Amino acid sequence: MAVVLVLVAIAVGSVLFHLVSPWWWTPIASNWGYIDSTLVITFWITGAVFVAVVMFLAYCIWRFRHDPNRRAHYEPENRRLESGLAAGTALGVFVMLAPGLFVWHQFITVPADASEIEVVGQQWLWSFRLPGADGRLGRAETRDVTSDNPLGIDKTDASGLDDVIIQGAELHLPVGKPVKVLLRSIDVLHDFYVPEFRAKMDMIPGTVTYFWLTPTRTGTFDVLCAELCGVGHPQMRGTVVVDSEADYQAWLAQQSTFAQLQASAQPAGATMAEVAAGK
Amino acid sequence: MVDASHGASDVIPPAAVEDVELYHPHSWWTRYVFSQDAKVIAIQYASTAMAIGLVALVLSWLMRLQLAFPGDFPFIDSQRYYQFITMHGMIMVIYLLTALFLGGFGNYLIPLMVGARDMVFPYANMLSYWLYLVAVLVLVAGFFAPGGPTGAGWTLYPPQAILSNTPGGQDWGIILMLVSLILFIIGFTMGGLNYVVTVLQGRTRGMTLMRLPLTVWGIFTATVMALLAFPALFVACVMMLFDRVLGTSFFMPAIVEMGEQLKHGGGSPILFQHLFWFFGHPEVYIVALPAFGIVSDLISTHARKNIFGYRMMVWAIVIIGALSFVVWAHHMYVSGMNPYFGFFFATTTLIIAVPTALKVYNWVLTLWRGNIHLTLPMLFALAFIVTFVNGGLTGLFLGNVVVDVPLSDTMFVVAHFHMVMGVAPILVIFGAIYHWYPKITGRMLNEGMGQVHFWITFIGAYLIFFPMHYVGLVGVPRRYYEIGETSFVPASVHDLNIFITVMALVVGAAQMLFLFNLFWSLRHGREAGGNPWRATTLEWQTPQTPPAHGNWGKDLPIVYRWAYDYSVPGAPEDFIPQNQPGAYGLTREAIA
Amino acid sequence: MSAMIVFLAVLAVIITWWLSRQGLMSKPWLEVGHVPAGLSDRREASQIPALKLGLGVFLAVVGALFTLFISAYLMRVDAQDWWATPVPRLLYLNTAVLCTSSLALHWAKFEADRGRDDGLRTALLATFATALAFIAGQVLAWRQMVASGFTLTDDAAASFFYLITGMHGLHILGGMVALTRTARSAYRAGPVTERLQLRVELCAIYWDFMLAVWLVLLALFAGWASNFVDLCRQLLT
Repeated sequence: MAVVLVLVAIAVGSVLFHLVSPWWWTPIASNWGYIDSTLVITFWITGAVFVAVVMFLAYCIWRFRHDPNRRAHYEPENRRLESGLAAGTALGVFVMLAPGLFVWHQFITVPADASEIEVVGQQWLWSFRLPGADGRLGRAETRDVTSDNPLGIDKTDASGLDDVIIQGAELHLPVGKPVKVLLRSIDVLHDFYVPEFRAKMDMIPGTVTYFWLTPTRTGTFDVLCAELCGVGHPQMRGTVVVDSEADYQAWLAQQSTFAQLQASAQPAGATMAEVAAGK
Repeated sequence: MVDASHGASDVIPPAAVEDVELYHPHSWWTRYVFSQDAKVIAIQYASTAMAIGLVALVLSWLMRLQLAFPGDFPFIDSQRYYQFITMHGMIMVIYLLTALFLGGFGNYLIPLMVGARDMVFPYANMLSYWLYLVAVLVLVAGFFAPGGPTGAGWTLYPPQAILSNTPGGQDWGIILMLVSLILFIIGFTMGGLNYVVTVLQGRTRGMTLMRLPLTVWGIFTATVMALLAFPALFVACVMMLFDRVLGTSFFMPAIVEMGEQLKHGGGSPILFQHLFWFFGHPEVYIVALPAFGIVSDLISTHARKNIFGYRMMVWAIVIIGALSFVVWAHHMYVSGMNPYFGFFFATTTLIIAVPTALKVYNWVLTLWRGNIHLTLPMLFALAFIVTFVNGGLTGLFLGNVVVDVPLSDTMFVVAHFHMVMGVAPILVIFGAIYHWYPKITGRMLNEGMGQVHFWITFIGAYLIFFPMHYVGLVGVPRRYYEIGETSFVPASVHDLNIFITVMALVVGAAQMLFLFNLFWSLRHGREAGGNPWRATTLEWQTPQTPPAHGNWGKDLPIVYRWAYDYSVPGAPEDFIPQNQPGAYGLTREAIA
Repeated sequence: MSAMIVFLAVLAVIITWWLSRQGLMSKPWLEVGHVPAGLSDRREASQIPALKLGLGVFLAVVGALFTLFISAYLMRVDAQDWWATPVPRLLYLNTAVLCTSSLALHWAKFEADRGRDDGLRTALLATFATALAFIAGQVLAWRQMVASGFTLTDDAAASFFYLITGMHGLHILGGMVALTRTARSAYRAGPVTERLQLRVELCAIYWDFMLAVWLVLLALFAGWASNFVDLCRQLLT
């Protein structure tokens, strides 16, 4: 009857492991607490089903183990029992699915006041672009990528000139403000993944994808890549710092715009005006 | 309760069964090597699949060693690590599981269970195996090709898969992988046509569809699905091969690699993902449905009770098969596809949980009030239920679109799919081998070795993959050569990784005992006799054990009843073979 | 993937229709001994030769294959930077040749059914010649395309054109292998056997199917198909 004991141990042990093990998600730092709640609902429902099935299995094995003097009960089917179980399962599925779809609707509906930022992935580096004073990101194309224009920003688009470019440095975000994160890749698939934000999305070369979030607490968070992007995949790291508004503005003031970067890359004598006029 | 109203008039005269012409082997070569006998082809398929599976097992050891002791094994660099995960994944999913369930069990069991002499197209069946073997050899050639096998991940996502800094991307690796897959698909199609047409046309007299054992239902439905799903992989492979070899841009947008603009432009990487998962999701059920079918028969036979709710089980198999074609994009929730697809695919995905859950209930309800023999096949079937329920339930996390967002691409996903389509189906394979080995060889597998193998495999596999979910919950992404320094992964995760690796080594080692048992019992196993489990289905009623060429001697069997007449009230024994005439028990008239 | 979903829906209807005749609602444990009335225990099914059924299943697989190519094409055609490739006029001639090939095979079937081996041989030869002419015509069309600057890697439309027509050509070539084997047994002396009749019939089915596939592909490349798809979209919205 070792099987019965082992099955009971698996049911009880799994629940205990879930409750007492130190491994759990990182404290959330965005508005996606709903995702965590949906996950917890799912844990409760599935956990209950798992324990019920395994315990019942253990009971059956113990109670109906082989006995040469007994014959198995003959019952080809039981419509009522089966329909009841189907209905119960459908209900459980609905209870998990309904909040899930509700939260998904929020997830894909970007609030109107969200400010846009752009994350650009390449092997194996994160770059960021903020819209600058005019609040708009300029056009960008992978075709326009050159060594002095690594994000491929369209120089003929005036709204791109004041874009703030952050390369190989930390991204800062103001706390409490919704952000729409536009995702772009210039080589392979990447995935902008900050565990504390819960939200993530793949970046696809040739397309711009997005997700949105509102950072809810200040702090420094790791950025990882979550879509296999080659041998350097695990080394593709970055940092996001969520600041208070004042700290954020102070940081922003120190960053250079696309036009400034272009100017410093131009040979001496070339000025901003020429770059702008060069269009 | 013997029902006299069904008398001799219902016995179908044997003369009504027409015989089929068979290709009879003339030499040792055509008997054992280029054989057209489905039973020999089955053994060829199974041996090849297990041999290549062993390679994949060793690869998983190497990966686990790297994850537990990063940097301690200098020959596992990140390049090799990604080659290992790619080959491990592809081998296990396609070349082991698909080939073993359909090519192995399908070939052995379909003709025997439906009462046919052989598959309907034996020659195509033979070609199917040889193409499979060539596909395996081409795949293995990747290990010896310059640059090694591809390291693109088993999903082979472009553009990464064919770029120069991906292992095998600009060398032979990816080409060999794609060619191997194309060969496999062509070979499989030849076999698949056989399995489908044999079930449709090869059934013996009296074998209606509703008298088929669930094993046949599972394999049949899975084959139909595979025939329709594999073309998607074929299309994806051909187009990628064009991109890689001829420089087209089906999947390749404008790309800057190493500061250089590549010639490609305009292609769509997401198109590949749609094609891949249009194959990839049905593939999960192509593996699962035969396992569902086989486990139903194991449970019923060893609990001496008819499978509970047979009709529901059949409908569930068909419904799952159909639904599985409209859930593919749940692998792509965070791929950047149109986000509104999420609503549709989350709904279909969770709906598929209902028929699947019903199957689980019916397995458990079959045990309820049964007369359970804890034989090895039964133990493996029980272990399957536990691991499948566990893995199926975590699927509800990943199928529910918004819950998938934080969990996708983490170790949670790895734990989930290993539990549900790695461990669970492989436990069924073991159960099935312990169950049918006596029919295939005439001898029982050694019980002691089997017990050791079972306990280590079951408990060990659970201990590997259950805690792994929590590594993913912490936030560790999958496909990481090493996690390195992070602020959110505690040091204790590292200890857990070491534990998982040790368990993986132990479980892997236990499989060597199983392989040894397979060979040892060939000579030293206990003589089994024709029907050691006292089972009802036709394969146990053959005149010889192992069944001879042509399976049935002079006359084909005639089927008088369904496959699950166990413990029928009034019957002298607790089982009535399908080919035994005479009515006992609850007939329509007795109920009326 | 909408084209593939439609294709699968059609298959699902066929499968459901077939399953509905298999007594899936019956209670098999109550039906001991006899085979319930109306259910095929193979007697009915065996009227279709296994080879023919096998070909039917195979054509479903081939259909899935081409539908998936078409699906991929339709998904790509929506994107910007898509320049439709002009269809070489030669394709219309090729279409006529393929039609003739199909007709010739039907003639062969007609002769075979009447056991006239002379006519059968001529008809098979005509089929083979026209099929070969079709392949040659396709290659010529490719060369015209290349000459007018639409190379394989030029742009997506051209890549798809070469890929899909090439795949179709390969299937015709595969069919010609089967046709050659059939012709060989037709050229062997002796009366027309039932098996030969069956093989001619199977070839004819395959030819018709590949002709139908070709007409769909032609509609796709000539742009009629996307007009049709647009119309469907408008009807839906």
